[in-house]
Amino acid sequence: MALRQTADELIPELRRYQRQLLLAGAAGAVVSFVGYVLNPAQFFQSYLMAYMFVLGLSLGSLALGMVHQLSGGAWGVVIRRPIGAAARVLPALTVMFLPIAFGMHHLYEWTHADVVANDPILQGKQLYLNTPFFLVRAAIYFAAWNGISFLLNRWSLEQDRTGDRRLSRRMQLLSGGGLLAYGLLTTFAAFDWMMSLAPHWFSTIYGVLIIGGQALSAMAFLIVVLVWLSRRKPLSDIVVASHFHDLANLMLAFVMLWAYFSFSQYLIIWSGNLPEEITWYMHRLQPGWRLVALLLVVFHFAVPFVLLLSRAVKREPDTIMKVAAAILVARLIDLFWLIAPEFHQDGVYVSWMDVALPLTLVSLWLGCFMWQLRGRAILPVYDPQFEEALGPIIDQGGETPRTAH
Amino acid sequence: MHSPDVYGLMAEFADPNELVAAAHRAHHEGYRRMDAYSPLPIEELHEAIGFHNTRLPLIVLIGGIVGGLAGYLLQWWASAVAYPLNVGGKPFHSWPAFIPVTFECTILGAALSAVFGMLALNGLPQPYHPVFNVPRFTLASRSGFFLCIEARDGKFDLSRTRAFLETLGATEVTTVAD
Repeated sequence: MALRQTADELIPELRRYQRQLLLAGAAGAVVSFVGYVLNPAQFFQSYLMAYMFVLGLSLGSLALGMVHQLSGGAWGVVIRRPIGAAARVLPALTVMFLPIAFGMHHLYEWTHADVVANDPILQGKQLYLNTPFFLVRAAIYFAAWNGISFLLNRWSLEQDRTGDRRLSRRMQLLSGGGLLAYGLLTTFAAFDWMMSLAPHWFSTIYGVLIIGGQALSAMAFLIVVLVWLSRRKPLSDIVVASHFHDLANLMLAFVMLWAYFSFSQYLIIWSGNLPEEITWYMHRLQPGWRLVALLLVVFHFAVPFVLLLSRAVKREPDTIMKVAAAILVARLIDLFWLIAPEFHQDGVYVSWMDVALPLTLVSLWLGCFMWQLRGRAILPVYDPQFEEALGPIIDQGGETPRTAH
Repeated sequence: MHSPDVYGLMAEFADPNELVAAAHRAHHEGYRRMDAYSPLPIEELHEAIGFHNTRLPLIVLIGGIVGGLAGYLLQWWASAVAYPLNVGGKPFHSWPAFIPVTFECTILGAALSAVFGMLALNGLPQPYHPVFNVPRFTLASRSGFFLCIEARDGKFDLSRTRAFLETLGATEVTTVAD
């Protein structure tokens, strides 16, 4: 059956896109290196933003894949392979973390011994915020994320070959613990890599704010990919409006979750109005940056929220793809607003590297994604849920009522 | 043509897939005034009988907006007009503090208008309906799947519609008295 062929055989243009994207990424890397020579501090700030964005695509996909292992449902079956391919970019992301480790001194105030010596608060936090422990923690995060992704992907590939259904049980068991580990480790990674940019400031909801953002980024990306794939055989015979409806509903839920976390943090800090907490918002809500914040309220929450309430928007692939793509742009602006005001407290400042580095890392990430997508069947044909979710359509060649409308 | 004491024809099917297939065929044949009855929700069924949009989403939207506005105005009136209280030196009209209650009131307004709007549009509660005259119809809440083509449909013809329903694989076709 055609479905058991690899994506490479079914969609030959994947190879060409992979090459073009990787070439674009390499060209971007050369241009970014010029930026590094000219202004290393700005380079690392832009790099961190771009890196957190692409990391969110992979980690969010990994988390959604684990949620689907536990919950089941047709929504996850149709995006399982893009989820796997996105998660398999993690080894490349591990290497791409190295510039952040090298640029720590430019990014994190608490790495400066002279600053810490004159700052009793930072001295108190030194047990956690110190360079060796920071690097050890990063190694632990990557080991765990890569380990979970490696095992899930290996078992899934094994199931493709042998059809052994016991592997599903194993993947479910790992996903239970894996989700817990993902939640804890990503919380701490968010504290380390982003929250500690303002080392005096703290917010316990910050970790889940980043996690919710990752889930939203991943879901928006997976919707774009699914629309793209559904215009080609064989998915054009399989993916129907109700799949997009389910995925778009989940995306709506993540949009609301992000808004809920963001507002909760704001409400609590605004109510308390304590100097050690409110300054973080004062940097981000002074005239200039306030405009960016407003942009986020409108385009990261209000507009997608209203659009995604409509059933017609959710069921029309072309429309839902545009909404998802706009959300991805908003996600990047959100990361920009979380990171950049820390370094540009006089007002809004957009460097050319804030555009060049996201373009570079996204090209590289997408190139790796295409590469990983090519090697396997485009649907998890042997998954026990496969027949339950999509089976009748395959058996009867699209004659069932499901595809008739 | 139909006699005035006939409400329609009721066909019973053995399982949900047959019901959906039959509804598709009936809709394809040109029947529009029909309704399907099933003990469990069937996702494809409402599209199969050609039932597309209702006004319910609009009612829910209006209910939500009214609820949200009412919640916000209530807080504004209480905190800024009727009983102004200085809390931490913040302005009397402090919108961030009003958002949680506004949100809850939006949900309340939307949920209540969904339930009552649905009942109003369905015409419920309805103590009498002609389909109750079919003895086996009590199974519609347990194990029976029914398709009823109503006599007010322009294409309805007692003998021809009955013959058509029988070709769809119905286990039993009954005339429904009005």
